Amino acid sequence: MPPKTDKEKCDSCKAEKETLCEQICPGDLMTLGEDKKAFCRMPRDCWDCMSCVKACPKSALETRMPYQLGYHVARLIPMMGTNTITWTCIDINGKVERFHYKNRGSDE
Amino acid sequence: MTEKIPKSLEEIPAEVIETDLLIVGGGNAGCFAAIEAKTKNPSLRVTIMEKAHISRSGATAAGMDAINTYLRTDKGETPEGLVKWSRAQVGGGPIREDLALSNAKILNETVDMLEEWGLPFLKDEEGHKQLRGRFDVSIHGEQLKPIMAEKAMEMGAQVFNRVAATNLLMDGDRCVGAIGFGVRDGKLYVFRAKATIVSTGGACGIYKSPTTDYSSAHHQTWMSPFNVGTGYAMGIRGGAEMSSLEQRWVATRTKDFSGPVDTLSVAFGCMIINAKGEKVMQVRYADKGGDKAARFYRLTAPMTEWLEGRGPTYIDTTVLTPEAAHELKEDLLNERPSFVLFLASRGHDITKEPVEIYGSDPYIVGGHTGSGYWVDIKRMTTVSGLFAAGETAGGNPNKFVGGCGAEGRLAARGALEYLEKVKLPPLDTKQVEKEKERVFAPLLRGPEYDGVTGIEMEERMQRLMDEYAGGIHQFYRMNEERLDHALKNLKMLKDQTKYLYAKDLHGLMNVHEVIDRLDVAEVLVHHLKYRKETRWPGWQTRMDYPEIDPKLDCFVESSRDPKSGEIKMFTRPYEQIIPGDRTKP
Repeated sequence: MPPKTDKEKCDSCKAEKETLCEQICPGDLMTLGEDKKAFCRMPRDCWDCMSCVKACPKSALETRMPYQLGYHVARLIPMMGTNTITWTCIDINGKVERFHYKNRGSDE
Repeated sequence: MTEKIPKSLEEIPAEVIETDLLIVGGGNAGCFAAIEAKTKNPSLRVTIMEKAHISRSGATAAGMDAINTYLRTDKGETPEGLVKWSRAQVGGGPIREDLALSNAKILNETVDMLEEWGLPFLKDEEGHKQLRGRFDVSIHGEQLKPIMAEKAMEMGAQVFNRVAATNLLMDGDRCVGAIGFGVRDGKLYVFRAKATIVSTGGACGIYKSPTTDYSSAHHQTWMSPFNVGTGYAMGIRGGAEMSSLEQRWVATRTKDFSGPVDTLSVAFGCMIINAKGEKVMQVRYADKGGDKAARFYRLTAPMTEWLEGRGPTYIDTTVLTPEAAHELKEDLLNERPSFVLFLASRGHDITKEPVEIYGSDPYIVGGHTGSGYWVDIKRMTTVSGLFAAGETAGGNPNKFVGGCGAEGRLAARGALEYLEKVKLPPLDTKQVEKEKERVFAPLLRGPEYDGVTGIEMEERMQRLMDEYAGGIHQFYRMNEERLDHALKNLKMLKDQTKYLYAKDLHGLMNVHEVIDRLDVAEVLVHHLKYRKETRWPGWQTRMDYPEIDPKLDCFVESSRDPKSGEIKMFTRPYEQIIPGDRTKP
């Protein structure tokens, strides 16, 4: 299921010709609406690869489960660091799990 | 974005690019091909035509949690050993042992390149790449694709992002480049190249995915749904020989949300269990090798449990400690992050409850099974000047990430040798004009046009293939009459492609995706009809021919006449190079 856009946070990547999510989406699905906010033009076609979520400089995008498959509401938020990634996962009961590791360079 | 829709062909600009080596598809194999070509000859013009954005395109867009083939030579592993294992994984083949062996010989140096470029590999206590299975090594591969893409660009490959390939550019029987269109700028792109490597990945979305009917998530697929088989389709239309398409790949996945199961769960000691708690592989498939049985048995097993009244089926994650469960989720985040979100959305503690599993929809993926172009040892297809690598090239299964990269390098070497000897012919403008008309016609039908969208036709095709050509909802089973029904209706659909229309460039891409999928589907059904036996249950289950026929211990091949469209079927013999029992690893 596609990313949900936080319209307060999305600034349509002002300085870019195309927003970063538009640039990166492998399915050519992210685009700008008339309100200049990013959205997924065909929600059914998203692969949930989360490339757009990782690319968003404003953390305005969040992948959500379609209700047919999962209960309301769980969250998974990646934070991209320098050569690291930190994931925060919150399940429907509010349980928080965090993952932090290197995604570039030696894994020592 | 508001994009300008052209009203006539004359309004559509064309861009002609001349290059030495054209690579169609900048995924794993394509990036490695570009890097190899620029390493061997830095002054060579290398151009990548990429449908998406090279940093996150292809099957590895979300990342990977392991490199599934690497030879731990300190443990006595050899290229021959890998080929034997690969052969056993596909039930003894037939496989192209010549291709597999040449790949295996440069596998480790290919994988080591990834480490050198910054991909983190987990290490064991002795400092070796950490094994997760016999040939799998663990990585933190979230950045796998950006790392490969950056290296290709750093080496000087010219990348055209958002250009979808539509057909080969031909000079008689020889390939001299490819044609496509800009998904964002709406231009026609003509790439003229001395040699062309096709590495567009495999074909997903030929069949209906199991989650399609009951959710708004149609792309819960194992393979990237944006890999639609364009590389195969271009070759089919150009008269190239296809090999073994009937050896479909079907994966065991987590149910309801397609998450990784197979090698990952085995590595963590989570076995397949049925509703009664029985260890399915050990109880019912001991003679096939138990948990190490050939890949198609590990698919058939859970689905057979469902059919025989012992479903649901699970991987038993309750054996995990909380620490191990955390580690397993970390692996998932590197390959299929949203599956961790799925678990959270069910409030599912995997140490307390097992994870349900089910079969996926079938795919045509030459990096996993033998499906794809017939290639020679230099990776040239039967079309002169056209090379294939990765999922697109057939005959050589179980390549996965490392093997597809290695094959990209071999294809580049073959292409370099070839292009030294040839010159570019003058551009055939008639061919370009004809393709321009074919490509853009669906966009020019006018606002009131009463026709069919790409998505509508895709759904019609997927249901047809699912029900009549052995999809998941029929437990992969098929027979001659059903295949004939599929073929008859595929012909109808192909004829109806003249009614396809698009309102924007994204829609135009969808239109060409379904046209490509239909071309692959038609040839696939011919392959499925030809193999009148059941050699790989699940991947290829013929209810009317349930046994192995020793006479079909050979490669099933096809080629489509570019003029008449007639599909010719024939066989090629299997040649055993590595001695020994073919079904034993």
